[in-house]
Amino acid sequence: MSDAHAHSIAFVRETELPPAPPPTAETGAVKWVRENLFSSIFNTIMTILGLLIVLYLLSGLIPWIVNGTWEGASIRDCRETLQGSGGGCFAVLAERWPQLLFGFQYPDYLRWRPSLAFALLFLAVPPVLFFKLPRWMLVITALYPFVAYWLIWGGTAITPIFALIGVIAGYFAFTRVERQGFVLGLLAGVIVAAIMWWIGGYIAAEEPGWLRIEAVPSREMGGFMLNMILGIVCVSLSIPIGIVLALGRQSRLPVVKGFCVVFIEFVRGVPLITLLFVANVVLAYFLPPGTNFDLIVRVIIMITMFSSAYIAEVIRGGLAALPKGQYEAGDSLGLDYAQSMRLIVLPQALKISIPGIVNVAVGLFKDTTLVSVISMFDLVGMIRGPILSSTAWTGVYWELWAAACVLFFVVCYGISQYSQWLERQLRTDHR
Amino acid sequence: MKNSVLLGTLAFAGLAAAGASAATLDDVKARGTLNCGVTTGVPGFAEPDANGVWQGFDVAVCRAVAAAVLGDADAVTFVPTTGKTRFTALASGEIDMLARNTTWTFSRDTDLKFDFVGVNYYDGQGFMVPADLGVSSATELDGATVCIQTGTTTELNLADYFRVNGMSYEPVPIETGAEAVQQYLAGACDVYTTDRSALAAQRAGFENPDDSILLPEVVSKEPLGPLVRHGDSEWADIVRWTLNALISAEELGVTQANVEEMGSAAGDNPEVNRLLGTEGELGAMIGLDASWAKNAIAAVGNYGEVFDTNIGEGTAIGLARGLNAQYTDGGLIYSPPFR
Repeated sequence: MSDAHAHSIAFVRETELPPAPPPTAETGAVKWVRENLFSSIFNTIMTILGLLIVLYLLSGLIPWIVNGTWEGASIRDCRETLQGSGGGCFAVLAERWPQLLFGFQYPDYLRWRPSLAFALLFLAVPPVLFFKLPRWMLVITALYPFVAYWLIWGGTAITPIFALIGVIAGYFAFTRVERQGFVLGLLAGVIVAAIMWWIGGYIAAEEPGWLRIEAVPSREMGGFMLNMILGIVCVSLSIPIGIVLALGRQSRLPVVKGFCVVFIEFVRGVPLITLLFVANVVLAYFLPPGTNFDLIVRVIIMITMFSSAYIAEVIRGGLAALPKGQYEAGDSLGLDYAQSMRLIVLPQALKISIPGIVNVAVGLFKDTTLVSVISMFDLVGMIRGPILSSTAWTGVYWELWAAACVLFFVVCYGISQYSQWLERQLRTDHR
Repeated sequence: MKNSVLLGTLAFAGLAAAGASAATLDDVKARGTLNCGVTTGVPGFAEPDANGVWQGFDVAVCRAVAAAVLGDADAVTFVPTTGKTRFTALASGEIDMLARNTTWTFSRDTDLKFDFVGVNYYDGQGFMVPADLGVSSATELDGATVCIQTGTTTELNLADYFRVNGMSYEPVPIETGAEAVQQYLAGACDVYTTDRSALAAQRAGFENPDDSILLPEVVSKEPLGPLVRHGDSEWADIVRWTLNALISAEELGVTQANVEEMGSAAGDNPEVNRLLGTEGELGAMIGLDASWAKNAIAAVGNYGEVFDTNIGEGTAIGLARGLNAQYTDGGLIYSPPFR
């Protein structure tokens, strides 16, 4: 056979051709540009227009940043230094940066305390966010609120220690009595915790000097610190409350269901700003004269109410999305309500709800700036109030708001990136 | 409608609070600090500096009262209030007095149940326009867009003025002074109207102050002064006469520099002696010690000094005394006699 071929065919290539490089127009960046930016007349026009807009924006932004000055004690100094070069007056940030972070009333020699609390946050939060970390680290997370409270507000250490003891004692009482019924256990836990807190309050009043660091009243909190405090506290409180409300709304007990429905629908039907006004001015009239119910606590209660109603609705969406078979599976395995919720329903429902919960959390964190309306000096309140209307800096505008944008963007972008990572981690369907 | 509901609520609140707090002086002495309501920031009048220390013309009144009552000008807790929260803060007893460039009006004095104890700055509403608009009088502003702060008396005055003159305008409502300036500079409105002191202060902060002019018309009376709750006349007397002490001190030539010397022994002028407590019993009559006025003047200076250091012509704000000169110099600042 091979002979016949050798004679009937003039040439047989016995080696493979080396692959030739593709034409330059069909490869690499050129191809990408051709296909994505200049594939048609319309796309070409849009590309050129887009480039022009970007160039225009950069031509303003780059000189503003590069020529900007960080030196000077007032806007007049800035103008003298800049001589109309179009640069930004970042000197206001240099001078007022601590005020933007901590507010103008927090004593400057104590600023290390909230800074330390912030640093510890990076130790306390990861065990909750990244479940591959060893479980014992959750102890740090559990201790953190009490340490952070003591660092930021100061005062005697008895208060946070007994708050912690109360929680622990309540938990033990709960686990002891739980076998006789969940509600009974809950009641025992609350009573034991309340007794411990009462004792703690009594001892703190008797021994105010024990392990005391200088106390800072709530009125002196401010700046981005206030946004962080409100954001973190309210998000971490409103997720468990939201879960309870969502489950309550599905309950078969009419009283529980009715209460949850009324609460959720009422809070969702009211703007947050009105709740804040209620917290600030109206409550002052209902409380007996002389009582000074801490303003930050009032605001935390209102924001937590607000966001837990929203989170409850998000989680209800997750619960509704689960097939009925999952609930029935729990029942048929002989699990009681708490077990089937904890082991079967909630893990799946929460996974579905993650994007919604993060959405609420990011929105809530940004909504904390609304407290500036009730004369609290959070980051926005600091800028709008004391800094923009100081004699030295009246007329500075963009630099301060740009700084506020950067601070908020860093936090919110971080939250949203984490949620996307979490979704990838929890993806169990094989797409 | 909205306004009357708000006023009604406030009035109710004032009634409720008036019964609750009778002896503010005792409260302040027991507490050891004066709770003084100020603005969240108005250049020259009240602003925290880079170290968080409150400075300004209104702040000086708070410090003077604290010095007179407690002997310490730093024994003040400044409570920043917005235009919306200032009256509820005073009515609910959160603050002992309000020194927050608040205009003395009939309804605030009577319906809201407050007592204005005097006037520390006579202001009036004015207009600022860009120079190249070519307007020289407010009567030429027919059809203009006007930047205006909401919730202030200026908003109502503006409506009155344009109605009386048969002109129309388009309001651009704005929350704070800093935002109003930004809108005005960006050309979002032809005219910016507020108190003339604020206009002058903000114009001084412009990159090119000469590009804007203040129109000559003053369309309202804005007597700004400190106020206290109804129902405690003794406390109102203390605040009123502390302010008067600063005013009289300027008239009588008592300054921060010479008050120690003049107050150490009785001098030739009997009124100075009575003011500084070297003669007579004026302090005891209002429940304070004899050196109350001396402490107040030593802490902040006399009225003229307070004016000059915070908003006077030597400062960045650069306001002339004008109506706020002593009556002997043709102004309206006048204190009843210390006798």
